[in-house]
Amino acid sequence: MTRQLPALDPDTEFFWKAGAQGRLQICRCQSCTRYIHPPLPRCPACGGGTAPSQVSGKARIASYTINEQPWQRGLAVPYVFAAVELVEQPELYVLTNIIACPAQTLRIGLDVEVTFEQQEEFYLPLFRPANG
Amino acid sequence: MVEYPEKSVRISGAGQSAVGRPSTRSALQLTLDACQAAITDAGLTPADIDGLTTYPGPVGEGGFSPVGATETMLALGLTPTWVGASTEGHAHMGAIISAIQAIASGLCRHVLVFRTVAEASARARTKNASPTGRATRGNAWTAPFNALSPAHIYALYAQAYFTKYNATPTQLGAIAVNSRAMAALNPNAIYRAPITIDDYLASRIITSPLRLYDCDTHIDGSTAILLSHRDAARDLPRPPIEIESMGMALGGIGFGLHKGDFTTLPADAAGRMLWSRTDLTPNDLDIAQIYDGFSILTLLWMESLGICKRGEAASFVEGCTRIGLGAKMPLNTSGGQLSAGRFHGYGHIFEACEQLWNRAGARQVPNAKTCVVATGGFGYGALLLRK
Ligand SMILES: [Zn+2]
Repeated sequence: MTRQLPALDPDTEFFWKAGAQGRLQICRCQSCTRYIHPPLPRCPACGGGTAPSQVSGKARIASYTINEQPWQRGLAVPYVFAAVELVEQPELYVLTNIIACPAQTLRIGLDVEVTFEQQEEFYLPLFRPANG
Repeated sequence: MVEYPEKSVRISGAGQSAVGRPSTRSALQLTLDACQAAITDAGLTPADIDGLTTYPGPVGEGGFSPVGATETMLALGLTPTWVGASTEGHAHMGAIISAIQAIASGLCRHVLVFRTVAEASARARTKNASPTGRATRGNAWTAPFNALSPAHIYALYAQAYFTKYNATPTQLGAIAVNSRAMAALNPNAIYRAPITIDDYLASRIITSPLRLYDCDTHIDGSTAILLSHRDAARDLPRPPIEIESMGMALGGIGFGLHKGDFTTLPADAAGRMLWSRTDLTPNDLDIAQIYDGFSILTLLWMESLGICKRGEAASFVEGCTRIGLGAKMPLNTSGGQLSAGRFHGYGHIFEACEQLWNRAGARQVPNAKTCVVATGGFGYGALLLRK
């Protein structure tokens, strides 16, 4: 799929590259253990330092939208843009695409799991319906 | 006792350029049209203007904000004491709030605040062009997943709201239908042909559940609002509009950070602040001008402002029976951004002035004395205005 890739910086690079090992990593406070996404170099809750931390990759769909509009040449529609809530922490939301999910199955609350789409050195975390 | 700064500031003039899609006039000319209209409207001349600001100041290559305060200052021949503008802060209303502070602190007496857009012209030049380079800042969390418009973010809110409260497309569509009905009565609106709820339901999906008519319309145009210290406004030929209170808030939505369950906006804090600074209550409102960059934002803002209880805005607007002219709460009486055009927040402020100065013509709300204006999708600001 055609995608505009993100600019990398030292705070966010791990998120886009962790998928090379097939894992989802999320920024986590080393002091209060809170997960923080999008990643930040300092915990807004306690001021602690942060580091990438591996998570399960399991989530539920918090909300979604089915895009029909061909915004650009080469953009295949429809596609699903969504916010998923990772199981590790309430309101720990990751924006993503839902793939391999029939429209009639798609719903808020659906259990999903991470998968990765490689583009250049990026491994975009996408989500698909969880197996059982 | 502390006096809130907004209590010492008045709206003394308001002006708007002709709307275009696209316009044959330059963005700077549109800006000057609006600014001169606002100055003249107040009974002042450019020599009286000692403060100037805009939202957000010139950014990017597109038509989002093609004109800055500096070139406007030069073209109007102003020599202001204070000039400011910021892309940061409480979005559209941020410039108004800054102007209020500048006046209340004694830096200046008459501040011109303008907002110019030339997005119709820009889109004609770059239709369907793909973005180049890497996505940065807030876009880094959305563009890689082809959330290429703010529509995608607000569609998440619409879907969650629909699901949680069993709201329907027919209910949301009332916002668009109402806007067209109002725009039909506004000579400076870009889309004036009425639509029915069936037209709405037949319109194509952009990104579910948002349809074409849920999205605002790009235009070329400019609006200017003149704010004056109450002492300086006292001598003007027409009674100015009082700023009863203001509220503001900022959240993470533009930066990929969402709180709650996608059914409330950080604008809630702006609503609380607004009502904490006045003895008035939502029951005192005669009119509401509420941001409609996307229709769902209007519903969520109505709840943030306490006009409706949580989860009840959709049923409140259904059928337009409570939001039309002559109804309990006339809403977006210019046609808003959905139908009058995306003057980007400032169209709402301008329309509030038109109504409170009793010059809104066929769409005038009789005896309108109190109007709330609320703008913003990523940053939030609200004004409670009264005459
Ligand atoms: Zn912490």
